[in-house]
Amino acid sequence: MQTLTQRLANPTRFMELSGSVLPWIAGAAAVVIAYGLYLAFYVAPPDYQQGETARIMYIHVPCAWLAMAVYAMVAMSAFGFLVFRHPLADVSAKTAVPLGAAFTFLALVTGSLWGRPTWGTYWVWDARLTSVLILFFLYLGLMALRSSIEDDSLASKLTAILALVGIVMLPIIKFSVDFGNTLHQPASVLRVGGPTIDTAMLTPLLVMALGFTLMFVAMHFKAMRNEILRRRVRALQLAQVEKAQASQLAAAE
Amino acid sequence: MSAFLALLKRDLMLSVRQGGALGTALGFYMLVVTLLPLGLGQDLNLLSRIAPGILWIALLLAALLSLGRVFSSDHEDGTLDVLATGRMPLEMVVGAKALAHWISTGIPLALTAPVLGLMLNLDIAVYPLLMATMLVGTPAVSFIGAVGAALTLRSYRGGLLIALLVLPLYVPTLIFGMAAVNGLLGVSGTSAAMLILAALSLTSVVLCPFAAAAALRVQMQ
Repeated sequence: MQTLTQRLANPTRFMELSGSVLPWIAGAAAVVIAYGLYLAFYVAPPDYQQGETARIMYIHVPCAWLAMAVYAMVAMSAFGFLVFRHPLADVSAKTAVPLGAAFTFLALVTGSLWGRPTWGTYWVWDARLTSVLILFFLYLGLMALRSSIEDDSLASKLTAILALVGIVMLPIIKFSVDFGNTLHQPASVLRVGGPTIDTAMLTPLLVMALGFTLMFVAMHFKAMRNEILRRRVRALQLAQVEKAQASQLAAAE
Repeated sequence: MSAFLALLKRDLMLSVRQGGALGTALGFYMLVVTLLPLGLGQDLNLLSRIAPGILWIALLLAALLSLGRVFSSDHEDGTLDVLATGRMPLEMVVGAKALAHWISTGIPLALTAPVLGLMLNLDIAVYPLLMATMLVGTPAVSFIGAVGAALTLRSYRGGLLIALLVLPLYVPTLIFGMAAVNGLLGVSGTSAAMLILAALSLTSVVLCPFAAAAALRVQMQ
């Protein structure tokens, strides 16, 4: 008797299932983001201090959340790959890294654009900014390490080890950069004692966060499917080359 | 334990006798420190203010430069395979090699810092503290670096890649090293930062050999 995860971990089963689910998730992402944008631009009130510029929050905050959540997912996939040796976990880790890097980059850029009118500068060496920037470098390191090793299975294992080292180091890095003072506002949604943000702004934010998460899931599924197909094509090509070599040898004899 | 000491002794002797590895690191250290005042201008007040930061960052870069050879020469001539099949766990092998790197690179770099500090007009009263933070912090530099060296053993572009992988992981060491030197938190803060720095070093001494050994095992299968 297989468990649900075991059944889903079969690449063929995964291809079938993700193929049928993907259009729905992508559609849901589009609808939710469209609704979220409508809420953000027409329904949510402008901030009493920052005015209209605060609306960039509805893009910035979901990106920042995903930047961290995707790294956690990469690390979990890496763990799954190292412990259970399942190729699908590696496919998941490999394809999530560029997406996570993209969200981190967007969080940095939107934050920088938001910082200019409100803090008066594009960049400050503040604790949160610094730790997100370092997170971005960790993503880049994962991509660079994987692309620098020719042997694919070796590259997967080494990248998985690096991802786990990274997840151990991240809290320490976060703690160390928090050591200094911070300009960034403290966490205002997920905190003990309930959110400090008003419902009129919280609702669009949560809708956008849901939409961005759905978008990530859709893109991740698509990327995983592409990667599986790429590996199959490669296996077929290798098989063809071997076959051709074998027939050449046979002809020579 | 005797195998551990033998390996440590062998690596230290190699680092002394085999072609100026230490000299290269020290030369690089001095050159970085020489270039910075040329780029920043010769204002002695500015230099004495930022000297600890310059020295710490130059130390990280110099240590980074010498990380590549922690495993690579042993990997090339097959010594690493012999060590891996030996009775000593690979984690201990990594530990001995990282420790040798610390003794042969970290300690000399930390001891050179005061000389360079003179050139940067650093207050002499700060030297003992600066050297203490460097001596306490460099084990973390060597052991975290060993993980990077193990991960990049078989990649092209090893040297550049190791910098990209390892430098972000040096952030905590740098921050607490600087916090201890600058006394950002007053006199009691210095000892707190020092203790955290020691904790970072001890933690990486314990944990990093496992990650590095895992990376080496994967590559030797």
